[in-house]
Amino acid sequence: MIRSELIQKIAEENPHLYQRDVERIVNTIFEEIIEAMARGDRVELRGFGAFSVKKRDARVGRNPRTGDSVEVDEKSVPFFKTGKLLRDRLNGKDPRPE
Amino acid sequence: MGEKTLTRMDLSEAVFREVGLSRNESAQLVESVLQHMSDALVAGESVKISSFGTFSVRDKAARVGRNPKTGDEVPISPRRVLTFRASHLMKDRVAAGNKR
Repeated sequence: MIRSELIQKIAEENPHLYQRDVERIVNTIFEEIIEAMARGDRVELRGFGAFSVKKRDARVGRNPRTGDSVEVDEKSVPFFKTGKLLRDRLNGKDPRPE
Repeated sequence: MGEKTLTRMDLSEAVFREVGLSRNESAQLVESVLQHMSDALVAGESVKISSFGTFSVRDKAARVGRNPKTGDEVPISPRRVLTFRASHLMKDRVAAGNKR
């Protein structure tokens, strides 16, 4: 599934909304998550998962081609942990009555 | 650095501000976005959101694990796990935003 297919599905379920509003809705959700992490915040979506920021320490890396050592600065990276409900559903356990 | 935790409520508040639907409808839309993504993943599809990242499902083989406390061997059954790979754009923005 790609972004446009997701937008399509939401648009089909909500025929009263303009397509361009559905696009804005979907884009706003993803944009909000990135902005939160860029501020160092966490985004916890119960049942789905949590986005957070992890710190990677500075280290001495190596250029794999030349073998030279290079200093790599400390940096922050995005991290996602799957929520329990989704993890269970992936493994065929679905507690929700459909 | 931040340290706040955002929830569904903050996402629906953003949708409410951005699009001007009711708070209730904004919340329902956030929920259906998560629901559609989850359903696709449960069906074994990957979910690729350009400039955000890719969620994909991987199969893990059965293996013998160990209880680190007692050292006992415990069988770990095969399972499906979800991995998320952030896009370059997300990595760059998260790195830039948290730089000291």
